[in-house]
Amino acid sequence: MSVLRELGESFVSFLRILGDMALFLLRLVMYTPRGLLRFRLVVHQVHNTGALSLVIIMISGLFVGMVLALQGFDLLARFNSEDALGTAAALALIKELGPVVTALLFAGRAGTALASEIGLMKATEQLSAMEMMAVDPMRRVVLPRFLGGVIAMPLLVAIFTAIGIFGAWLVGVVMMGVDAGSFWSQMQANVSGDEIFEGVFKSVVFGIAASLIAVYEGYRAWPTAEGVGRATTRTVVLTAVSVLILDYMITAALL
Amino acid sequence: MGTLRADRGDRPLVEIRGLGFRRGAVKVFDGLDLDIQHGRVTAIMGSSGAGKTTLLRMITGQLRPDAGSVRVGPYDVATLSVDRLYEMRRNIGMLFQNGALLTDLDVFENVAFPLREHTRLPERLIRHIVLTKLEAVGLRGAARLLPQALSGGMARRVALARAVVMDPDLLIYDEPFVGLDPISMGVVVRLIRRLNEALGITSIVISHDIHELRDVSDHSFLLGDGRVIGEGAHRELMASEAPLVRQFMHGEADGPVAFHYPAPDYADDLFGPESRG
Ligand SMILES: Nc1ncnc2c1ncn2[C@@H]1O[C@H](COP(=O)(O)OP(=O)(O)OP(=O)(O)O)[C@@H](O)[C@H]1O
Ligand SMILES: [Mg+2]
Repeated sequence: MSVLRELGESFVSFLRILGDMALFLLRLVMYTPRGLLRFRLVVHQVHNTGALSLVIIMISGLFVGMVLALQGFDLLARFNSEDALGTAAALALIKELGPVVTALLFAGRAGTALASEIGLMKATEQLSAMEMMAVDPMRRVVLPRFLGGVIAMPLLVAIFTAIGIFGAWLVGVVMMGVDAGSFWSQMQANVSGDEIFEGVFKSVVFGIAASLIAVYEGYRAWPTAEGVGRATTRTVVLTAVSVLILDYMITAALL
Repeated sequence: MGTLRADRGDRPLVEIRGLGFRRGAVKVFDGLDLDIQHGRVTAIMGSSGAGKTTLLRMITGQLRPDAGSVRVGPYDVATLSVDRLYEMRRNIGMLFQNGALLTDLDVFENVAFPLREHTRLPERLIRHIVLTKLEAVGLRGAARLLPQALSGGMARRVALARAVVMDPDLLIYDEPFVGLDPISMGVVVRLIRRLNEALGITSIVISHDIHELRDVSDHSFLLGDGRVIGEGAHRELMASEAPLVRQFMHGEADGPVAFHYPAPDYADDLFGPESRG
């Protein structure tokens, strides 16, 4: 009984957070046109979030591509179709692993940094001070960080995917001896615009979700050290779960 | 000169009437009346929890009253739209207790922040204004330090420079003396007076440091029981015979002001049913 009630209660509070977050997003979207006018602030944040995640995304991309080639080679060799390795690795990276893994890494690195930065600004009264200086922290602090994340994500996904394909080439062609010509030509022949669109679309949606969750959690954090800590944890967990759910929904919708 | 001074007439700058406000079961204000006159340094005193910070948030529109009215210059604060509220705040400088400097900007950019947000002044002029204000608080040499590299007293002086950079009509200080060494204390005391005179502004100082206020304030209010329980020049309050005022001004533990936050009966709490789980 009490388990049911607890489930019910957490479902209700989940819906409330979802609604609050939707309103928060709506406000951000309404402010966006004027926010983009102050492009320097946004570029600064793209640089901030991008630089934070760049190295781990490059390293992870390389190893994901390499392991993909190992597993793919093993599997494809059973059907004598090693030549398809380039296609298989590229498709997996472009459609799935690139956007999903990048978003998860982004949440762990840039997302937590955003949430704790905003939460700390709140805890140390910097946001109140801004309001007292007649500056809206939603526009001055939250919006540029949100837009920075939204813009940075597709760029990071592109970098992850490109390095992943390089990693697959390294293992497949250089180590396993797959023919370089067929590796690249099959890839070119089989990866269509639709598939690239799927990857780009996912990276945009994940960018919005991950950035929204991070700035929302930071802005709504309880203004204490503990509250900020909780906000960063929730950022990682919420982003991971929503990215995986969104990934399924987008894939199903685009099939 | 900003909008707060524009329509001055004979009215006080801040006029609070019948203010009522509660936090849960606690009545923070209950029919509070208070006037703040133009051009003076007004002190608002009161023991911890008397509602000084809350009153300040009412004046600046961060909180809205449950009853009564708050007028600041031409603005009826309790009913302002967000846009009008921000318009009013451009004419108010506020010094937060810990400074509340923006940690991702250096000292210079912190002071320049309101100018960059609200004006389109050329860089040369911004530089001139900011350095002048920093010089006034003795920290021009610290312009390129980050807030993390400042001591508490320095941070508060930078915050003061930032609070006056837009030439406000009203300057509010929340607990400006807490945690300062005697030298910084003297500096801040003199700064408050000097700024008030040099800029011709109105200042509100919130504090419970009676002795520092002696050198600062032209007029003082003492809060207690959700109302003003004493008012006048510092000397008059010190000499007051009213028991509530005496107790606060002379720091007597026994008196009409309760030292305790409202609580159920002590014996009940210790030995009552709940204590047995
Ligand atoms: N966020 C809040 N939630 C609930 N009660 C609050 C809150 N903030 C203040 N209060 C209550 O309002 C009353 C007045 O608080 P306030 O902070 O204005 O006091 P103060 O005079 O500034 O005290 P101090 O000198 O300690 O800063 C206190 O009883 C306090 O418990
Ligand atoms: Mg206070």
